[in-house]
Amino acid sequence: MFRNQYDTDVTTWSPAGRLFQVEYAMEAVKQGSAAIGLRSKTHVVLACVNKATSELSSHQKKIFKVDDHIGVAIAGLTADGRVLSRYMRNECINYNFTYESPLPVGRLVVQLADKAQVCTQRSWKRPYGVGVLVAGLDESGAHLYYNCPSGNYFEYQAFAIGSRWQAAMTYLEPRFENFMDSSREDLIKDALISVRETLQEEKLQISVCTVAVVGVGEPFHILDQETVRKLIDTFEIVREDGSPAPEPGDAAPDLGEAAPAAAAEEGAAPMDI
Amino acid sequence: MEQKPFSRGLLSSEADSQRTLYPYVTGTSVVALKYKDGILMAADMGGSYGSTLRYKTVERMKSIGKHSLLGASGELSDFQEILRYLDELILYDNMWDDGNSLGPKEVHSYLTRVMYNRRNKFNPLWNSLVLGGVKNGQKYLGMVSMIGVNFEDDHVATGFGNHLARPILREEWHENLSFEDGVKLLEKCMRVLLYRDRSAVNKLQIAKITDEGVTVSQPYSLKTFWGFSAFSNPTAGAEGSW
Repeated sequence: MFRNQYDTDVTTWSPAGRLFQVEYAMEAVKQGSAAIGLRSKTHVVLACVNKATSELSSHQKKIFKVDDHIGVAIAGLTADGRVLSRYMRNECINYNFTYESPLPVGRLVVQLADKAQVCTQRSWKRPYGVGVLVAGLDESGAHLYYNCPSGNYFEYQAFAIGSRWQAAMTYLEPRFENFMDSSREDLIKDALISVRETLQEEKLQISVCTVAVVGVGEPFHILDQETVRKLIDTFEIVREDGSPAPEPGDAAPDLGEAAPAAAAEEGAAPMDI
Repeated sequence: MEQKPFSRGLLSSEADSQRTLYPYVTGTSVVALKYKDGILMAADMGGSYGSTLRYKTVERMKSIGKHSLLGASGELSDFQEILRYLDELILYDNMWDDGNSLGPKEVHSYLTRVMYNRRNKFNPLWNSLVLGGVKNGQKYLGMVSMIGVNFEDDHVATGFGNHLARPILREEWHENLSFEDGVKLLEKCMRVLLYRDRSAVNKLQIAKITDEGVTVSQPYSLKTFWGFSAFSNPTAGAEGSW
């Protein structure tokens, strides 16, 4: 991405018909740590990589429960993600109060997308710098959507966003066609393996990842650490390259962080040249 | 509603012309019950103007969207207003064009909120509403009153129906009534209402709603019997001078 004279504000088109500010916002999503979603006929699983800026601080919260039947995982500017989660929670609560019924996921996603679009067409605003994976269940089944800073949204069988998303997609691409019939456990296992793919030197441990599930008869909830640890152990997810496993609890071993992606984390300005 | 904010007290005389104080043209009872395939609802076609049975072809039951049927008693102009609100609601629901649709439970909750909010502003919609419907095989039957009281049940009635029809229904309703039995039961209730409710007229419609949709019958009349011997000499045993 290069600087040019058409990228100063979001309401300026480039001669090639691009809105650079919107594209830069989508870059911010790629700089955030990974978030992955998978769905079957009856369940949707969200998993994400939790990075802490230092060993002394807590992890960034990237998965938010929006309602009993909807949850989101975000990548990018987490502050923007928090604001959007609050909006989504509000919409769900208001709908539930009036209609005593859960808000259909498809409608929430459209409202979110329309909200994002507004920011691409006002000179005094900027696009939200966060990609939102929306996992939800309604009358028409289990759904996974991805909402983009551009205001676009798509429904997916499986999707990955954030840094090293390509690695997760490479794992998911040959397998996604079978996900519709997956059991809940297999879906979670595939999610954890996808998360592992996005980690390079690190071992997949509970300190780096968070998993959440929503399904038929199962309200959206984040799996507690103990459950995730047992799942990781059951699936025997171990790095194949035989590098020495770091101490448990060491989220970032001093092997020399995978520099560019880790340095440009959520919160840090992702630019440039 | 346009009202000057500071000169308007909730109960001040200036505001009186803007809020409902009493009903003018009213419909009487609506009776409804769940049966095997859905909901059956009956209402007569009378619109009373006080004690005058003024209008005799008033449709007091209307279908709402694909899944619901609304019956109303009380002020008929308020019922028409409610139909306009629901029209807009269903329109916006359809405009999403996304395969989701508001079912009877959602419409019932929406109506409850509308009725309760109006009541809180001391400007009620003077109706008792019966909302029935079927969505994805699930039957739903509920009621909302003008003060926002709402509930769901296997059989409901408004106005006089509560006193005359519901005892019959409590005794004779059971799960999985056939269509014919449901109609017979409703007609029994409507006949009692016809005999005993002064604002009832002998012209009624029965509506049914199932997963396939809504059908409202053509208007028809109930057979009545007045040939009781006590009526031939009504003052026997209590002669009066007039």
